[in-house]
Amino acid sequence: MTFLIRQTLIYAVPLMIVALAGVFAERSGIIDLALEGIMIFGAFIGVLFVNMVQEAGVFDQAKADGDWLALQGFAMLAMLAAAAAGAVFSLLLSFASVNLKADQTIGGTALNLMAPALVLFFIRIIADQNVLNMARGDAPSWFMLRKTDLGFSRTDDLGFLGETFIHQVYLVTYICILLFVVLSVVLYRTKFGLRLRSCGENPQAADSLGINVYQMRYAGTTISGALAGMGGFVYALTTANCSSNGDVAGFGFLALAVMIFGNWKPLNIAGAALLFGLFKCIAASYTSIDINGDGICMLKEIGISAHVYRMLPYIITLVVLAFTSKKSRAPKAEGIPYDKGQR
Amino acid sequence: MRERWSSLMKRDGARTVAASLISIGIGLLVGCVIVLVVGLTNSGLGPGAAWDGIRLVLGGILSTGRDASGSLAFGFNPANVGNMLFRATPLILTGLSVAVAFKTGLFNIGAPGQYLMGTAATLIVSLSIPTASVPAPLVWLLAFLSGILAGALWGAIPGLLKALLNINEVLACIMTNWIAANLVTWVFDGSVWRNIEENGKTGYIYKTAHNGVETARWGLDAIFPGSQVNWGIGIAVVLAVAMYIFLTKTTMGYELVCCGSNRHAARYAGIDDKRDIVLSMAIAGGLAGAAASLYYLSGNTEFFWSTYQSLPAVGFNGIPVALLAASDPVAIIFTGCFMSMLNIAGQQLTNLTGYNEYITDVIIAAIVYLSAFSLAIKMMLGGRKKHKAASLGASPAVPGKAEKGGEGV
Repeated sequence: MTFLIRQTLIYAVPLMIVALAGVFAERSGIIDLALEGIMIFGAFIGVLFVNMVQEAGVFDQAKADGDWLALQGFAMLAMLAAAAAGAVFSLLLSFASVNLKADQTIGGTALNLMAPALVLFFIRIIADQNVLNMARGDAPSWFMLRKTDLGFSRTDDLGFLGETFIHQVYLVTYICILLFVVLSVVLYRTKFGLRLRSCGENPQAADSLGINVYQMRYAGTTISGALAGMGGFVYALTTANCSSNGDVAGFGFLALAVMIFGNWKPLNIAGAALLFGLFKCIAASYTSIDINGDGICMLKEIGISAHVYRMLPYIITLVVLAFTSKKSRAPKAEGIPYDKGQR
Repeated sequence: MRERWSSLMKRDGARTVAASLISIGIGLLVGCVIVLVVGLTNSGLGPGAAWDGIRLVLGGILSTGRDASGSLAFGFNPANVGNMLFRATPLILTGLSVAVAFKTGLFNIGAPGQYLMGTAATLIVSLSIPTASVPAPLVWLLAFLSGILAGALWGAIPGLLKALLNINEVLACIMTNWIAANLVTWVFDGSVWRNIEENGKTGYIYKTAHNGVETARWGLDAIFPGSQVNWGIGIAVVLAVAMYIFLTKTTMGYELVCCGSNRHAARYAGIDDKRDIVLSMAIAGGLAGAAASLYYLSGNTEFFWSTYQSLPAVGFNGIPVALLAASDPVAIIFTGCFMSMLNIAGQQLTNLTGYNEYITDVIIAAIVYLSAFSLAIKMMLGGRKKHKAASLGASPAVPGKAEKGGEGV
């Protein structure tokens, strides 16, 4: 059970944060199909940052001393680098769709094609192979939080909650959850959030009240890019041992599904992300999950193929869309380039 | 001269061609700049390698390797040209797939999924029917048709969802892509079609040649020795011309295009728009399925079956092929060849220099990006007077999509 919750969180958190990235872009009126591409790019820059800082030997002393605070700070810095990269990369999308009034679907698709190509091109030049790893060590030994870090001894039993949420976890997971809460509040409880959302619903009305629609759409897409880049790095760190290979296994598209499933609302998205994370987790390790601890792997006994669990999120999304498409709460003005001359 | 230029630019077709050429030019420029910058900043490459890289990006198709002194040699290379034609085959067909949907006002980003379903159907049929009792050409035909059918059925799903439930087709296509990727992996996982005879090939399905099923190469192997080319390219060209005739000379095709220009007006004129959306997506799916069939029926291509984490790039590359050709079926033959030419250039780059083939994917992505605002480029070409006309018309690449919104992508 501990394993199940921990693994589900690891899959759910990148989904959650990237789906929120989608919300910021779409609520400002820009269709963001580029989530997958931005994730790939962010993951690459984050891993590259880790790799280069390791080569420079900055945190070697901290690693040797077991200074977990410094190492977590290192992870934060890499996350920031990934976020900055994602934000810059997403400018390509906002420039095309805000300034040039381009077709946003095609623009997003272009970014999705661009990211893996660029990333693989550079990885091949840098590493002479198709994957960029950490310079030395592995992700758990550098960035994973253990109970010994917090002053407990190896044999202490922290109880169910402690063992699940403190031992062998990544701090970035919790940072993402915190960020998710803060940004959801920003979107719904601040002037900025209200203005951003108004640009996705009725930009003409927003403009007439003195809101700069172009600026708001740039803001929405840039925040979206930063979050998606960060999510990409968190994905690479927690599920791919801090490596980048120009691929995030369709997580960006899955996040898009989470966003729609969650009806563009943060709370629903959190729930949807947990559900989809659970499916991902089951698909990845259903043969060894022992829910009630009696030594029998129930899901394996049922005998449903892992492929079914992998497919389920996409099928569920289609079914949900089928039932809700009539009263879907998609932002009304998304995908329409804003033209001041209209009306 | 100046007058002739501006009168030429008044014609819509000419502006479309010019916009595509500009996109290609800028895309290639981006590629060359990256090659140059990387070459100059990377100690392992240097300016000499950068110059080689740029020459290969622009003229890789004519590369004949390195001569005795180690410098690049250029000339007619039959193997390269033949391989270009071979790789153009699926690109032309996925390009057609995307184009037909564009013409009906739909964005078929589901070509990768349809391609995968076509792959699975083709491989299963061509490997399952024993050629000892059934003539191989008949098996080939059955496999080809089943590939088309599988793609068409898979393409019809987003079409049905769009027509009946008003679900955005982009979204439905993305979901069906990943469902297809998992489904195909599931079908082949543990199946009898996996290659267990050759060591180290466990991730692959048997080539169709294993069962003696191959596309005919009559004469082409003599013209282009050392290449994989076969008459699949001929079938692709015939299908492209057939699509041209279908879209411009038949009532049904006219209805599809009407539906794409203005769905509501088409319905008002008595056209069954829902039927047309499903039909268009089914045709698009069938073409993507045909792309997969022709690629794998060549007999010497292998399918990596555990594909649940990735989608075939050739499906996505149909999008730039269609965009560059402005969805014109005949022009797609040429843009498809252009894309596969880039592909060959990338291969040469990997073999002959310290660079790798991914730079050509960067170029393709840059071209798609530029195509997204080809309207802006066309407006610049036509001068400011055209501004009004252009903004009144629908978006050039995706007719009927300019004014949609709130559909839920």
